[in-house]
Amino acid sequence: MTIPNVTIPNRGVYLDNNATTRVDPDVLAEMLPLFTEHFGNPSSMHAFGAAVGGKIEWARKQVQALLGAAHDSEIIFTSGGTESDNTAILSIIEAYPKKREIVTSVVEHPAVLALCDYLEKKRDYKIHRIPVDNKGNLDIDAYRAALSDQVAIVSIMWANNETGTIFPIEELAQMAKAVGAVFHTDAVQAVGKIPMKLADSAVDMLSLSGHKLHAPKGIGALYVKRGLRFRPMLRGGHQERSRRAGTENAPAIVGLGAAAHLALTHMGEENTRVKAQRDRLEQAILAAVPACFVTGNPDHRLPNTCNIAFEFIEGEAILLLLNEQGIAASSGSACTSGSLEPSHVMRAMGVPYTAAHGATRFSLSRDTTDAEIDHVIAVVPGIIAKLRSLSPYWQQDVAKPKEFAPVYS
Amino acid sequence: MWNYTDKVKEHFFNPKNSGVLDSANAVGEVGSITCGDALRLMLKVDPDTQIILDAKFQTFGCGSAIASSSALTEMIIGKTVDEALVLTNRDIAEYLGGLPPEKMHCSVMGAEALRAAIANYKGEEWVDDHEEGELICKCFGIDAAMIERAVTVNGLTSLEEVTHYTKAGGSCQTCHEKIEEVLEAVMAKTGALKPAAKHTPGTVGLDAIKPLPAKPEPAAAPKLTNVQRMQAIMGAIEEMRPQIQRDGGDVELVDIDGKDIYVRLTGACSGCSQSAGTMMGVQMKLVEALGEFVRVKPASLMPAHAG
Repeated sequence: MTIPNVTIPNRGVYLDNNATTRVDPDVLAEMLPLFTEHFGNPSSMHAFGAAVGGKIEWARKQVQALLGAAHDSEIIFTSGGTESDNTAILSIIEAYPKKREIVTSVVEHPAVLALCDYLEKKRDYKIHRIPVDNKGNLDIDAYRAALSDQVAIVSIMWANNETGTIFPIEELAQMAKAVGAVFHTDAVQAVGKIPMKLADSAVDMLSLSGHKLHAPKGIGALYVKRGLRFRPMLRGGHQERSRRAGTENAPAIVGLGAAAHLALTHMGEENTRVKAQRDRLEQAILAAVPACFVTGNPDHRLPNTCNIAFEFIEGEAILLLLNEQGIAASSGSACTSGSLEPSHVMRAMGVPYTAAHGATRFSLSRDTTDAEIDHVIAVVPGIIAKLRSLSPYWQQDVAKPKEFAPVYS
Repeated sequence: MWNYTDKVKEHFFNPKNSGVLDSANAVGEVGSITCGDALRLMLKVDPDTQIILDAKFQTFGCGSAIASSSALTEMIIGKTVDEALVLTNRDIAEYLGGLPPEKMHCSVMGAEALRAAIANYKGEEWVDDHEEGELICKCFGIDAAMIERAVTVNGLTSLEEVTHYTKAGGSCQTCHEKIEEVLEAVMAKTGALKPAAKHTPGTVGLDAIKPLPAKPEPAAAPKLTNVQRMQAIMGAIEEMRPQIQRDGGDVELVDIDGKDIYVRLTGACSGCSQSAGTMMGVQMKLVEALGEFVRVKPASLMPAHAG
């Protein structure tokens, strides 16, 4: 019932790294000269510009290395994951106007789902939204059935932002290629956590976002395999080989390059130390709190992500009490977003409403410390118990809900 | 992060009267776990005096749902059943120092639980008319269900009409695309653009209000005398006042300077983020009443040496 009085690590415990990450101090250090001495426009025909151009090409090579791409010219810098996703889909449907179908999944990020909804409504595209099972695994039979020579592009995420569940991207990409469809993956959550070698892959296009891997917000990249037909979304200049017009966001590009370099260095740590911390947190909570379970596929997911559904209580209330303890997490609950529906990912997995509203995501990073994990483990059981004592669905003595049938549905 | 008032936080972090009331003789249960919020309100009413002696709640929901429930119990303990029935969701929201528009439904849930509990006490059947859809207009808290109703009942066909009937989209205007989507969806369902020939009795059909399109403009609109014009303005503002007063505010005519009409918003309107929307509403009403374009301005903008 009571929440133990543990000293809160003074900078707060940030376990919402799937939302955004802290800019690494080394990344910032690489960026700062671009605001001061190297402020030139890389397009300019003088030394001020040339210095910046060189930095941008260095950054491009770092991203190339992180993705294992064959050529650095396959990397297009964008403003972030959303722009990359939109560019990929709009580019391909423009390049293949006769193909009128798109394949995606029900658990994609809104950057893909909302665009597909729009194309369905306003431009008469047929959208195949592939369902997932109760562990968030893609329905491969439904996927196979949706593929045909009418499909312009397949867009399936590499790893899910809410549960961390990883899709078998290489297999999916090869199946798409077999029917002549372009394969795009939103890898915003996966890049930096899963080793990649796109040079040997069937993946045609890949979106990534800087601020998920300790680079700043407002920068991202789109990988476009050499030889793929491409139509720019933004026109107006020769930048990025005329594939993305607009003066380069040089400081952020260099930041992304530095972050990509660091991500490659720390990839092993993410999959060992961070993963061990995540597992310890998860096991301790599952052991201490009744009526809760891990959502998604625990055996096949990102090393930093843990999503626990606490039954019979609501996510926003959990987050507010966690915040009082200095802990930042996130929730698939309806109330945290301003919409009235719980997360589309939880609903797609068939997580019952009794648990979907209480789904809470803890996402770690290489900044996470053992002491922080200890603190979270110490306070979570008390928070859950406090909210359950208020809940009409919860009967304290027995770990099962009371008869409670309110009037409206 | 929501902008919760200190009062909301106080009632969320330290809720009053939570738990089960074993001696309850009135119980109201509303909401549903699918909606993401639900409330059981338990009252102990003295059968002789009809006074609510005690009240407790159990709530499944977000911070503001728990705070609304807690506030509700504090507000009704000591009141008679009939006194309590007068409470509205706005009273709960006001008690909490306001709620974000997306969260107003939490106060609605509180008010409904109270009605359900009192109906239970009186042995009546309580039917809920609570509807909830996607929140479209955040400024005025108008959801899709309400826009659909307004469009269907009144046969509305344009964004402007939806704004006139529901206020939705009348303030920051960022929701216009969403309103048009709702409008298109309803029109597609009802057989598109068919004028609402017959409207439900008791409602005003669009045909009765909208300017008649076919009728040619009369050569010259009968020109009002200054006195007639002033009376028309005063009359129109008088007509609007009850509506604004219902929201806890008021409007007062200060001066008429040609096309510029100066008014003063008072009460809950002064300093309200939606006062610009209210001013626009007054302006539309006056334009309609006078048949000429006028600008409604706050009295604070009056030229210093007017007259």
